Amino acid sequence: MYAYDELDRTLINERVEEFRDQVKRRLSGELTEDEFKMLRLQNGVYLQLHAYMFRVAIPYGTLSSPQLRRLAHVARKYDRGYGHFTTRQNIQFNWIKLAELPDALGDLAEVGIHAMQTSGNNTRNVTSDQWAGVAPGEVEDPRIWSELLRQYTTLHPEFSFLPRKFKFAITASAHDRAAIKVHDIGLRLHRNAQGEIGFEVLVGGGLGRTPFIGKTIKPFVHGRDLLSYVEAILRVYNQYGRRDNIYKARIKILVHELGIEKFAAEVDEEWRAMSDTALVVDDAVIEDIRSRFAYPAYEKLPHMPEELKKAAHDPLFERWRRNSVFTHKVQGYAIVTLSLKPVGGPPGDATADQMDALADLADKYSFGEIRVGHEQNLALPHVAKRDLPALWKALDKLGLATPNVNLVSDIIACPGLDYCSLANARSIPIAQELTRRFANHDTAELIGRLHINISGCINACGHHHVGHIGILGVEKNGEEFYQITIGGRADENAELGILIGPAVPYGEVADVVEDIVEAYLALRERPDELFVDTVKRLGVEPFRERVYATR
Amino acid sequence: MPLVKNGKIAADIFVHLADAAELPQGGSVLISAARFLENPEGVLAKTAKLGVIWPNNRDLDDLLPYLDRLAAVALVFPSFRDGRAYSQARLLRERHSYAGELRATGQVLRDQFLFMLRAGFDALEVKKESDAEAFALTARRYSVFYQPTGDGRITALHRRMQQRHSESAR
Amino acid sequence: MTSPLQQKIKITGPSIVTANRTVDGAVVYRNSTQGWSTDLADVAVVRNAEQARALLAEAIADDVGAVGPYIAPVEISDDGKIAPGNLREHIRLKGLTIDLLPVSA
Repeated sequence: MYAYDELDRTLINERVEEFRDQVKRRLSGELTEDEFKMLRLQNGVYLQLHAYMFRVAIPYGTLSSPQLRRLAHVARKYDRGYGHFTTRQNIQFNWIKLAELPDALGDLAEVGIHAMQTSGNNTRNVTSDQWAGVAPGEVEDPRIWSELLRQYTTLHPEFSFLPRKFKFAITASAHDRAAIKVHDIGLRLHRNAQGEIGFEVLVGGGLGRTPFIGKTIKPFVHGRDLLSYVEAILRVYNQYGRRDNIYKARIKILVHELGIEKFAAEVDEEWRAMSDTALVVDDAVIEDIRSRFAYPAYEKLPHMPEELKKAAHDPLFERWRRNSVFTHKVQGYAIVTLSLKPVGGPPGDATADQMDALADLADKYSFGEIRVGHEQNLALPHVAKRDLPALWKALDKLGLATPNVNLVSDIIACPGLDYCSLANARSIPIAQELTRRFANHDTAELIGRLHINISGCINACGHHHVGHIGILGVEKNGEEFYQITIGGRADENAELGILIGPAVPYGEVADVVEDIVEAYLALRERPDELFVDTVKRLGVEPFRERVYATR
Repeated sequence: MPLVKNGKIAADIFVHLADAAELPQGGSVLISAARFLENPEGVLAKTAKLGVIWPNNRDLDDLLPYLDRLAAVALVFPSFRDGRAYSQARLLRERHSYAGELRATGQVLRDQFLFMLRAGFDALEVKKESDAEAFALTARRYSVFYQPTGDGRITALHRRMQQRHSESAR
Repeated sequence: MTSPLQQKIKITGPSIVTANRTVDGAVVYRNSTQGWSTDLADVAVVRNAEQARALLAEAIADDVGAVGPYIAPVEISDDGKIAPGNLREHIRLKGLTIDLLPVSA
């Protein structure tokens, strides 16, 4: 956990005061909405269908228990008692009042939470692997570099008015849980042949209207050059990204139009012209940040504690353990994923009561630390295995132990037309119906790992392009219809899904998904051939036939 | 439109000259890049202080040879959302060591003042009177800055290093 | 329900101007006395593009009161009752169509 020092806190507080003044000037009429809109976006404040929406940053998805409690407090005091965790490791509150926002921000600032640059045409939350720092086989904790980038990009005077939003993601594991290939800049932390830390840098990934998988611009940028290289990319983008058409303004379009070689050459030219050493990330710089990351004082624990052996006879506990508990790099500990996808529930939501209770559990069982994943689930990263049975009982009471992580009912969905003013169709009720259709856990386990992603419009906040099954809401003659794609992936083998056929109406989506799953079960070579691999092997045709045979 | 120069509302010694208007002998004028490049030597010879207004969608290359003879360079924010001039400003100040007046024109609003100062602007043609009056207050809004730019404001990182040094020196 | 934020003005039936109240984001409707109301019954109804443009311009100018105004369709029953004209406006008036997790009072 990174500990903010006085300087970090001062900056956050100064930001709160600036926004307080801006809100005052807006409400008095001194600032028009046109002038204010960009300012509020830079503090994460959107206008949605029913109300303002407030998006709070959770840098690289890491929270302390006091911070989680404070989020619960904001949900209760300023909102309707719940929050929504997003696909970029942030949290959203949906009913916030503009007049009360400065106070909400002030309350959050007290525990080092802010909402800077969670919206607007600037650099957004640097997301990472929710298992950072605890995953076995990780090269180094990517959050150290995420924090470095967070500071570098916060209120950067040159890059606060980019052509469009800009998103970073970092992974330090062979298996990419941060989806770096669909970010504007994706960074893969690894060591070169000399054992030095550096990054494969990818650019131009992104979803939305024109999805692209990111391309490698440089296979190895030494750690000390990370900031200067990123500055070169941002400067080229700031100057040459399109400003005439918001649908063509992301860096992915610039990379596509120039071609990766030419784009890389432009960046290199800029980079070589940078002679100053102010941006060099030397050992002292990294040590300064690393020194303020605190790691737990892990005990020396056995691989198989008694408590776990005893609990193994309980089939419900075992099912949950098999599904939601993952190997930790330290013996005797585990990473526990908490599903926020209960049957019939809105995916990714948590109530203030759940947050408070979870903060207590984090204190008791996870050294006071909680993680947020981009699949809209939470995690407790440092749980002693001997505590798993007790933890499970507590989580189960809170509704945070649905054993469906990575299964068909672990659905990623955007807020959709129930909340969002950009949406064409609803997504949450589709997700809820699907969790009901696949509520039987035996069935879900039988199906195996299957990621369903739902977006209510082409902006793709649900990441439908990279879903194993992707569902995109569209509008046809005032009615909600949905396009279905299959075969997408968000990991190191990232791929875009393929459309299976014409859009289907709202009432039929769950049936179609059931048909697709049935087709998969019939066609898979072996029980452990994943859905997405069956699609790769056989293509879309057999699924298309099954779904559209009677439609 | 008030001019804020070096932190204070100031009288503007420059006149914006339209392309068609005649160049006053010995005047202090701001002219368009197009006009300047038509006859740079001629214009420089005729004026006492010359400023060039450089568009934000054009590389600085053609301007660079004349930097040390210009009294001012004006960059443009056609909309406050268009941030290209910030890059131009930093390049002029930090890469090309431009030391003359660097002026922000166009939609220059209070909430961008500090970004502009950090990018190297020292003169702002402020759109609203009330914003100009609030300049001093606005410029003091932040005391912590994460990233180094050419404005000389010490970064958080350096302050931490300094703190560490002074702590270990005790 | 293509987001009306991308719409051109095209009136196909009775229409209104709606927005969100600046201070708290509540859904409001432009009424016929140059103000904003949370009650759809008070709303000013327009029936052609010219009227709509005029009402929208008036609404845009009043951004201290409300933000993000746009034109939306309504349905008017035989006895004059005004109802939202599409799903999006229905949701804005009535609220979420989904069940949320239970929250304590």
